[in-house]
Amino acid sequence: MLVLENVHTHYGKIEALHGVSVEVNKGEIVSLIGANGAGKTTLLMTVCGNPQASSGRVILEGKDITHDATSNIMRSGIAIVPEGRRVFSGLTVEENLHMGGFFNTKAEIRKSQDHVYDLFPRLKERENQRAGTMSGGEQQMLAIGRALMSKPNMIILDEPSLGLAPIIIQQIFEIIGHLRDEGITVFLVEQNAHQALNLADRGYVLETGKIRLHDTGKNLLNNPEVREAYLGG
Amino acid sequence: MATHNLKHALFCAIVTVVIAYPILGLDLVAQGTQIGLEGATPTTIISIFLAAGIVFLFQLFRDNIMGNLGKLPKLNPLSGREPMPAEKRAKVEAWVLTAIIVLALFWPFVVSRGSVDLATLVLIYIMLALGLNVVVGLAGLLDLGYVAFYAVGAYTFALLYQYFGFTFWMALPVGALLAATFGMVLGFPVLRLRGDYLAIVTLGFGEIIRILLNNWTAVTGGPNGIGGIPDPTLFGMEFGRRVKGEGNTSFHETFGIAYSGEHKVIFLYLIALVLAVITALVIRRLMRMPVGRAWEALREDEIAARSLGLSRTAVKLSAFTIGAFFAGFAGTVFASKQGFISPESFVFLESAIILAIVVLGGMGSQIGVILAAIAVTILPELAREFSDFRMLVFGAAMVLMMVWRPQGLMPMRRIPISLKRQE
Repeated sequence: MLVLENVHTHYGKIEALHGVSVEVNKGEIVSLIGANGAGKTTLLMTVCGNPQASSGRVILEGKDITHDATSNIMRSGIAIVPEGRRVFSGLTVEENLHMGGFFNTKAEIRKSQDHVYDLFPRLKERENQRAGTMSGGEQQMLAIGRALMSKPNMIILDEPSLGLAPIIIQQIFEIIGHLRDEGITVFLVEQNAHQALNLADRGYVLETGKIRLHDTGKNLLNNPEVREAYLGG
Repeated sequence: MATHNLKHALFCAIVTVVIAYPILGLDLVAQGTQIGLEGATPTTIISIFLAAGIVFLFQLFRDNIMGNLGKLPKLNPLSGREPMPAEKRAKVEAWVLTAIIVLALFWPFVVSRGSVDLATLVLIYIMLALGLNVVVGLAGLLDLGYVAFYAVGAYTFALLYQYFGFTFWMALPVGALLAATFGMVLGFPVLRLRGDYLAIVTLGFGEIIRILLNNWTAVTGGPNGIGGIPDPTLFGMEFGRRVKGEGNTSFHETFGIAYSGEHKVIFLYLIALVLAVITALVIRRLMRMPVGRAWEALREDEIAARSLGLSRTAVKLSAFTIGAFFAGFAGTVFASKQGFISPESFVFLESAIILAIVVLGGMGSQIGVILAAIAVTILPELAREFSDFRMLVFGAAMVLMMVWRPQGLMPMRRIPISLKRQE
């Protein structure tokens, strides 16, 4: 589904990714974990084409998207839930969702909207409320819902558990598992390594711009190195 | 607490004296060929110090005074009222607006020529402010060089008339389209910029256009400007005493009425009114279309907007282009109204005033912006009695406004857009 082949990414002269190869297969949940500054967000941004990879290839569903414009990439069956939620705070919940389905027809929007409300009944209750006035957890639900509005085949989540209460995090991860059951491929980037690896089919550990480890989620959870560095021993 | 208040009050009193004394107390007088400085009369000095005393006392007991003010009953009898339901409100608004437009159509026939002339200017500012509102209020792009597009519109008409004999009606679309093109040209280099950086680049762009007009003497006439710009015609009828254009007739002869200079002024007012209404309606429509929502999304959060597949290029350029288009409209009407334009009409202060209108009115709010355009254009005229202190009064009014109502006269009330469901 999504393949990164030996990707190098630069910010100006500084190389942030030193030849990263990641593969996400159809129908999987793949988690990418790593410490602050490891390059997790950079890797996602490279997939989105902002910044573009300086060498290597990014392939989405067999198509080379390394040098495509961000707006085109984001319209080709992939959706991202950006770090820090980034809902449109002045717009209502419903309008936020509609922005997610910007390039779809009204009928499609209506259908996806009902689907999102099924997943997150809370959003239905808050339909006409301004997004900025909601709690962090609700905003995260909205951000995920908004990403689902374009009916993506693959969804990328950048730290969905950031700054949320444990009970909400639990809910969010349940929803992510649910999305996989619906056939959506999930690429999850997390600092919350335990939850992320528990849920994932496979996992990657990123350290200072390089893939350090790659294994199934279960094996990584039991890997002494990972336990030492990310799971608190 | 008390010493802090005392210090603060003393400081405020001194500032009052320092500011007021040079402004009110000193006078420049012509003494033959020389200019002399004259001191203030004793009464002025006394009043300055009296004012400083009042400021001192107010600041000293400020907490008490403000606290007691808060206990007074609310002045606005409507403040406790429940807001109207959205649908009823929209209906009422539509009726009120229609009534105002109809009233505005008949209004020029009963008032003086000067008022009509001023009203035309107000309408030009309304067009400008509505256009800038798209860029600043909706798309959230701070544009300090907006006057450049106004200048492009005005000069397009003036130059096309001078070199090719274009009439107002031929120049109007050309001026607006050319201004829109300039908007797009400005849009490209500033695509990646935001906030302060964007403001500085647009500021530079505005100055470039003005300086170009000022120095390209061979074509634009430089600081001397271009004169003799014709008035609009009504189906080939001119409003002057004598017919100038070939094949034209004159308005008063066609209708067999006595010539009056007022016809022309009123006609121009009506054109400006129609164009302003068109501007408002078009932008209102755009606000509810996907492009309007895209502008708002970009203003709210650029990264999120891009993550949804919106193209930053398309969204920003469309905002700049459409904003500039209406400035071109306004510029053409302005050139025709003045009959003479020079780069002096398009200085940075104009950009600042238009921006002030948008901010005072409430960013993104059309009705607010229209009210503010009226206030900002008319207030300096009303303040003429204060002669020298006119701009001071104007400035003070703006400061007070921003302190008490930072969200603007009529803050934007977003109309929630929801899909109709068949249930």
